[in-house]
Amino acid sequence: MEGMTMETALPPRNLPAITEMNNYFWKGGADGRLHILRCQGEDCRYWIHPYAGRCPSCGGADLAPEPVSGRATVAGFTVNHQPWIPGVPVPYVIAIVELEERADLRLMTNLPTIPIEDVHIGLPVKVCFEPAPGGVFVPLFEKA
Amino acid sequence: MAKYAEKDCAISGVGQSEIFRKPQVLPFELALRACERAIADAGLTAADIDGVACWPMTPAGTAYGFGAASIPDVCQSLGIRPAWWSEASVAAQISPIMEAVAAIAAGYATHVLCFRAVGQRWIPADGGAAGEGNHPAPVAGYEFMIPYRAPSAANWIACHASTHMTHYGITREQMGWIPVVQRRNAGLNPQAIYRHPFTIEEYLQARMISTPFSLLDCDIPCDGTTAVIVSRADAARDLPNPPIVIEAIAAGGQERMETWLARPDYPHMALHDATKRMWNRTDLKPSDVDTAHLYDGFTWLTMVWMEAFGFCGEGESGAFIEGGQRISLDGELPLNPNGGQLSEGRMHGLGFVHEAVLQLRGQAGARQAKKAVNVSAVGAGGGSLGGAMLLRRES
Repeated sequence: MEGMTMETALPPRNLPAITEMNNYFWKGGADGRLHILRCQGEDCRYWIHPYAGRCPSCGGADLAPEPVSGRATVAGFTVNHQPWIPGVPVPYVIAIVELEERADLRLMTNLPTIPIEDVHIGLPVKVCFEPAPGGVFVPLFEKA
Repeated sequence: MAKYAEKDCAISGVGQSEIFRKPQVLPFELALRACERAIADAGLTAADIDGVACWPMTPAGTAYGFGAASIPDVCQSLGIRPAWWSEASVAAQISPIMEAVAAIAAGYATHVLCFRAVGQRWIPADGGAAGEGNHPAPVAGYEFMIPYRAPSAANWIACHASTHMTHYGITREQMGWIPVVQRRNAGLNPQAIYRHPFTIEEYLQARMISTPFSLLDCDIPCDGTTAVIVSRADAARDLPNPPIVIEAIAAGGQERMETWLARPDYPHMALHDATKRMWNRTDLKPSDVDTAHLYDGFTWLTMVWMEAFGFCGEGESGAFIEGGQRISLDGELPLNPNGGQLSEGRMHGLGFVHEAVLQLRGQAGARQAKKAVNVSAVGAGGGSLGGAMLLRRES
């Protein structure tokens, strides 16, 4: 695999339709930052993921995506060995990371540049992006 | 204690079709056989059935797939004229039973036919579509998971398992006792798809799917149907089999698939809500339970169900099952005597109810638990879904 850009050799990811509800997440990485919905209430400022129509903390309706730091910690992971998807080599890691803004702000993700043997719970990581068709930037994570 | 309607409801009949690993009989036909058997087991006829409930929602004309039979088609075929029906999803795979309780309490029905028809082997629906790279775009509920080349529940549950097992030091050497013991039980169950025993050493050699789950940690997709009749308790007392009373039943939270990743109590899941709510509806205690019938789509789920029910402390399930003695047929808490979904086949939730009723009636044959069985616990689901139930013999 040396000298080969692995990600570009892989078949496209199975991405959702981009809608008014989710575009900030899937397209927001164009500026190199991860965007998460946030309550704009001055006294609340609660982060919300996945998207919702009201703030689950204060009930406020004024919500807008904001960039987060992109720093996170691996909370759980699996090394997938099953070749579910033709053309995607195994094994690869699927992880759940906790964003530093709040522990229960968790995302499922991949850690494609981290050697499998280095992945462990508690590993500090930071966001990176993989461009995809349609202006999508898939948030992934790499070593912090 | 408040008045809880399920205590006035009983399971009066159970029925199961043949279970097939390979497509052999149209799954819709299997659904009809299970329903006919459950109605006959209850000593009833189609004319007595005035309510029908199934999970999941299944459109008319369906003959196979994730849901393999619809309520209108079952009613049309068997001559049932229901005054009430439901396809709700609140309590995972045992939702039909929870719905039936509500219908009986409201006076809409007296005898409710509940069924779960699985028929995913009949078409290459899941494996085939994936094998051809032909996935539908993920919709809300899965959109933050599927794009990460995580198409299977094995991947999603495995992440939770890694957090829990690492935190409590639970090992695969311990987890393996669930499939080992259940396979030994399955050897006594003529319905089970896989009946040959294996050792813990053989378990540890099995092909890895998604750590910590190997092939032997994953349940067996199959075609087949389980049906259960829930009756008003006073009406059940006139019927041939001893009524099995629903002591308590409760549901977990209905969450988006991604929100169960985001619970403040991660890696807890909806099933933890279900067991907590269930215990609030009964004076019985975990020590009163004689047999456990706990969801085993993946072995780790069974361990977490044991902890959530309080059969052992949080994080203590590994030590509890190690060696297998305590969960064997002659142990203190026989677990999945039919072999569970890991060996009998993925009858998807109602299979556990079927087995609990047989154990409580003393009709489980060679796999009957050695102890007297007066109270049985059923846990169905994992991830975003959970339903918990206690069944008991009428005292």
